[in-house]
Amino acid sequence: MTTRREFLVLAAASFAAPTAAKAQLDPNQQALRRTAMQEALRRVVGDAPVRRGRVKLELPPLIDNGNSVPLSVAVESPMTAADHVKAIHVFTEKNPLPDVVSVTLGPRAGRAGLSTRVRLADTQTVLAVAQLSDGSFWSDSADVVVTLSACLEEGLI
Amino acid sequence: MARAVVTLPAQARRGEIIEIKTLAAHPMETGFRRTQLGELIPRDIIRRFVCTYNGTEVFRVDLHPAVAANPLIAFTTVATESGTIAFQWVGDNGYSVTETASIRVE
Repeated sequence: MTTRREFLVLAAASFAAPTAAKAQLDPNQQALRRTAMQEALRRVVGDAPVRRGRVKLELPPLIDNGNSVPLSVAVESPMTAADHVKAIHVFTEKNPLPDVVSVTLGPRAGRAGLSTRVRLADTQTVLAVAQLSDGSFWSDSADVVVTLSACLEEGLI
Repeated sequence: MARAVVTLPAQARRGEIIEIKTLAAHPMETGFRRTQLGELIPRDIIRRFVCTYNGTEVFRVDLHPAVAANPLIAFTTVATESGTIAFQWVGDNGYSVTETASIRVE
């Protein structure tokens, strides 16, 4: 027979459980993944400086479901043979892997940009980097709040 | 099973920038999820998307597990001449889908 006290304890526990599952990544993991993103960025840009501007990264600021998030990147460029965007890379700070998409394009693309849908594991910063034909790198970042992680079923790996 | 949909205008003026939307039916299994028994589900993703315009590559995307299931890729290209635009998706486990569309340029 369940006493009133036992019932109340059980009820409280069942309410507490879902909040525990929503916890953020632990700090060690966060640091590891941030390092992984820096390494992925260095693989692309080498030692070249990355300047802010010219790139526009669009993401909704508040995301209910991290499994499918609309993302679009646009780069200001005349897209001529002499001056065009060669590549666009998107990185995340806290996903299990830092890379999202890498685009290779040229003057035939007409406009430098793409739209797609991505997965986001946590509240984090998303970074887009564009490589221009003169070898310079430009970037933009977006901060997003994710309420339901894309990797929730295994408890934020 | 392996299906893909491509949307683009059937005709365009010479030099016009046309918008192309592509959608491939694919689960994009990340390789990080587990079954209820705790076994890791192996990765199964589309790794590369290439668009060629009359045989010339105009747009290429390398995809990673962070791309959502049924990957949507929307981009632009310049309508230079009449002909065919081919799209190819290549992925794990021998996944390969090719779709073509013809365009009339005036």
